Amino acid sequence: MAEAAGVAAEFFASNRARAARAVLDQVVLPGEELLLPEQEDGEGPGGAGERPLRLNAGARSRVRVVCGPGLRRCGDRLLVTKCGRLRHKEPGGGGGGVYWVDSQQKRYVPVKGDHVIGIVTAKSGDIFKVDVGGSEPASLSYLAFEGATKRNRPNVQVGDLIYGQFVVANKDMEPEMVCIDSCGRANGMGVIGQDGLLFKVTLGLIRKLLAPDCEILQEVGKLYPLEIVFGMNGRIWVKAKTIQQTLILANILEACEHMTADQRKQIFSRLAES
Amino acid sequence: MKETPLSNCERRFLLRAIEEKKRLDGRQTYDYRNIKITFGTDYGCCIVELGKTRVLGQVSCELVSPKLNRATEGILFFNLELSQMAAPAFEPGRQSDLLVKLNRLLERCLRNSKCIDTESLCVVAGEKVWQIRVDLHLLNHDGNIIDAASIAAIVALCHFRRPDVSVQGDEVTLYTPEERDPVPLSIHHMPICVSFAFFQQGTYLLVDPNEREERVMDGLLVIAMNKHREICTIQSSGGIMLLKDQVLRCSKIAGVKVMEITELIQKALENDQKVRKEGGKFGFAESIANQRITAFKMEKAPIDTSDVEEKAEEIISEAEPPSEVVSKPVLWTPGTAQIGEGIENSWGDLEDSEKEDDDEGGSDEAIILDSIKMDTGVGISNIGSQDAPIVLSDSEEEEMIILEPDKNPKKIRTQTISATQEKAPSKKSVKKRRKKRATN
Repeated sequence: MAEAAGVAAEFFASNRARAARAVLDQVVLPGEELLLPEQEDGEGPGGAGERPLRLNAGARSRVRVVCGPGLRRCGDRLLVTKCGRLRHKEPGGGGGGVYWVDSQQKRYVPVKGDHVIGIVTAKSGDIFKVDVGGSEPASLSYLAFEGATKRNRPNVQVGDLIYGQFVVANKDMEPEMVCIDSCGRANGMGVIGQDGLLFKVTLGLIRKLLAPDCEILQEVGKLYPLEIVFGMNGRIWVKAKTIQQTLILANILEACEHMTADQRKQIFSRLAES
Repeated sequence: MKETPLSNCERRFLLRAIEEKKRLDGRQTYDYRNIKITFGTDYGCCIVELGKTRVLGQVSCELVSPKLNRATEGILFFNLELSQMAAPAFEPGRQSDLLVKLNRLLERCLRNSKCIDTESLCVVAGEKVWQIRVDLHLLNHDGNIIDAASIAAIVALCHFRRPDVSVQGDEVTLYTPEERDPVPLSIHHMPICVSFAFFQQGTYLLVDPNEREERVMDGLLVIAMNKHREICTIQSSGGIMLLKDQVLRCSKIAGVKVMEITELIQKALENDQKVRKEGGKFGFAESIANQRITAFKMEKAPIDTSDVEEKAEEIISEAEPPSEVVSKPVLWTPGTAQIGEGIENSWGDLEDSEKEDDDEGGSDEAIILDSIKMDTGVGISNIGSQDAPIVLSDSEEEEMIILEPDKNPKKIRTQTISATQEKAPSKKSVKKRRKKRATN
């Protein structure tokens, strides 16, 4: 990590853009400019064929590059807007892929398609106002529930927890949530039950827990039977049989953030014994 | 920004957990969170951490004229501020109800309990007294601000030293810390607030409620007490009915807690005193590194220094003693100077020293120094503004090379310079050329 920071410092000293390929899994800093390899040139990564990314390269470049969180396109340049590690995911068809910056933060910014846990703060007319931890509350139509019609309203009270998905999330507009998928099914979304505990963790931990190869969840699942909901906005709702178990689970999940795999295994084995 | 609302399920869970005598952070009913006290560089500055709640206390003093009705008493002033940094729900520049309540409680706890001897703050009766100002800033909010603030205030006051003054006739002399050691305030006792949160109309009680527990509590009882078990202030808010024996039980618990906290404070103060005497770094000042650049570091180039000493000794032993001529700098016009006598010069032969440098490596700055001096020696007359060559070097070998006497004094300098430039590796030549341009 320190080494990577040193490299980043060197970049600022030299003030020249680095190739994205060269800094994969290294620390990048806001304001830094990155270069994407032009696949059409046919030269290997890190070769002379690297040029600043051109969005309107036309028919010549058919490589599809997706810039995820922490990266921003500014004209034909690619700028870093968050500090963290640069990640890349190769697509199935080859070329391009997804680039994003893995950063650690607590403040949530709504993103279209994210599944989040919100708290209903107000009922006004035919929409609910839902607090999701963003800069402004999201709106949720009462028709956006499974099986809801004009006559058949969902039973939602102020203070209830909602698990839903963003359909509109722009920086200039009020975000909008729904609790149904494109087929009109609930698909797990909707009002969360009245029991259980809600707590906040960092966004990085949520991503870590939701990663497909995450062992923590499987290990936790072996301890007690539990119900758990992760919101990408850093909220976790967990429910076990007893209050004691729920508290233990919540504290374990919170502590997981700064534990190595070995430390975690020790704690889980100790818990399993008791 | 609005406060994050508390959901129904959190509220229900918390209340049920409290019924089962369980708390979110695994504490027992009467447990305090961890208290940590750190001090700043100056006297009268401290940070108190109560779990995740942090309060910064800073005491300052000023000579003012006293109040008319209390001519011989110093003035105490307390101010607690809830910054937006602590929690986004706090609005800046507005006196919220909570803030007013906390400020009044603090004043009652610290001023009205007469824990500080205000008469000792008098300098000249009716004319000059000390005004002691205690500023408290909430840095992070995780519940129970009042306890943390009261600890921070009393710790900062105990830690504070005011400048010494002397009165001779009509003359008042204020001594700087260098002239006379600053004097501590005279503190009679240390009142400390202990908060009790009540739930279910007083059925359950918790000591030191955190932020979420504060949100679901029905009522709050704050007892300020000193270690002699004297109650300084007691305040009940939230409108709950408390029974007599409940209050008595709370005061008993408060007595125990205050004892513990007072001990902790005294230990922290002693520790700080000890470290200060030893001259070490203390408190949160420790974490601030002075005059150190932590970012933008250049990596060190590996240099083989295994046989530098032998090499240096070799050079010294081979070298002839320096010429007897002691060169005096000659001033031609203001701003220019000449070292040596005309074209004569006693600096080392550059080509030779260059080779030796290459063996040693890493001392290229010395050559730059040489060549620049040479340059100035030659073109002394046509240099208008002669900037001193700013090449700072502190390694020992370099100096030795400079001391090397001239083996080939007949050589013309300009030639030598060009020769070295050709011979020198590219990196050096670039550097040198830049330097040359600067000097010319």
